[in-house]
Amino acid sequence: MKSLEELRALKAKVKNDMTLRDGGEDTRVVVGMATCGIAAGARPVMNAFLEEVSKRNIKNVQVTMTGCMGLCRLEPIVEVIDKDGNKVTYVKMNAEKAVRVVAEHLVNGQVVNEYTIGAVAQ
Amino acid sequence: MLRDISLHIHDLSENSITAGATLIRISLSAEDGILTFRLSDNGKGMSPELLARVEDPFTTSRTERKVGMGIPFFKLACEQTGGAFKIESEPGKGTVLTGKLVIGNIDRIPLGDVGETVSMLILESPDTRFVVELAARGDSFVLDTDEVREQLDGAPISDFEILQWIKEYVNEGVLNIFGGVLDEIT
Repeated sequence: MKSLEELRALKAKVKNDMTLRDGGEDTRVVVGMATCGIAAGARPVMNAFLEEVSKRNIKNVQVTMTGCMGLCRLEPIVEVIDKDGNKVTYVKMNAEKAVRVVAEHLVNGQVVNEYTIGAVAQ
Repeated sequence: MLRDISLHIHDLSENSITAGATLIRISLSAEDGILTFRLSDNGKGMSPELLARVEDPFTTSRTERKVGMGIPFFKLACEQTGGAFKIESEPGKGTVLTGKLVIGNIDRIPLGDVGETVSMLILESPDTRFVVELAARGDSFVLDTDEVREQLDGAPISDFEILQWIKEYVNEGVLNIFGGVLDEIT
């Protein structure tokens, strides 16, 4: 059985990680999580981003959620917004695509063009 | 449609967050073959006019489009099992939503990953107090994020490892409380 006391051990580790994160969070990954997003499979996408960002120990990325973006037919939708406010919109995402976006876009700075709204919506 | 109950809980709780709730209580209990889900919040509540229209798919608070399927979908998920759905609300006080599902009915959707729902809700709204209550056969399980925060002593509750712990903690509770009560949880 897990108990709340286990959190005390985790606390020290988390606080230590926070001090390492000196550069702040300058890139945001925003996953659409309204009824349409959830129904289309936004949760596995969200999970994949969280896991991959944690696994690769990427410190400057914040993964968050938002409501409906008004393009329900293209859900799950993910926006990647850099520190200058430049936005890339990925549509019809899944967990595998999310892993690739982390590796190519977040780590190497190369937009995965084939998953973007411009490429898919045509 | 949403595949499982945990996705409905996630979706419906979004409404509580949007309503500005600081306390969201998620409770699941099984008794006499009925699974009861109750979601109560202290958000801004709804006027009688909005409340009367809220089960209609063409009612939504969002501005991007004109349909809102969350509540109608969940109502259907309850009623298709022979269960029932109810929503009560008072402006300034909050909203209580109750869904009853007949556990043994072939159209009852599975419970799904409740731990993941809870961890995602906390990530989305880390300052909200979430209380998760599970009960069946005289046993109960409670997770109160205020108690978690107390243990964390200033470390962020929305940290990945903390959320992972919460997810596993809640799912252990689900297994202990609903194992053998819901056929899909053994």
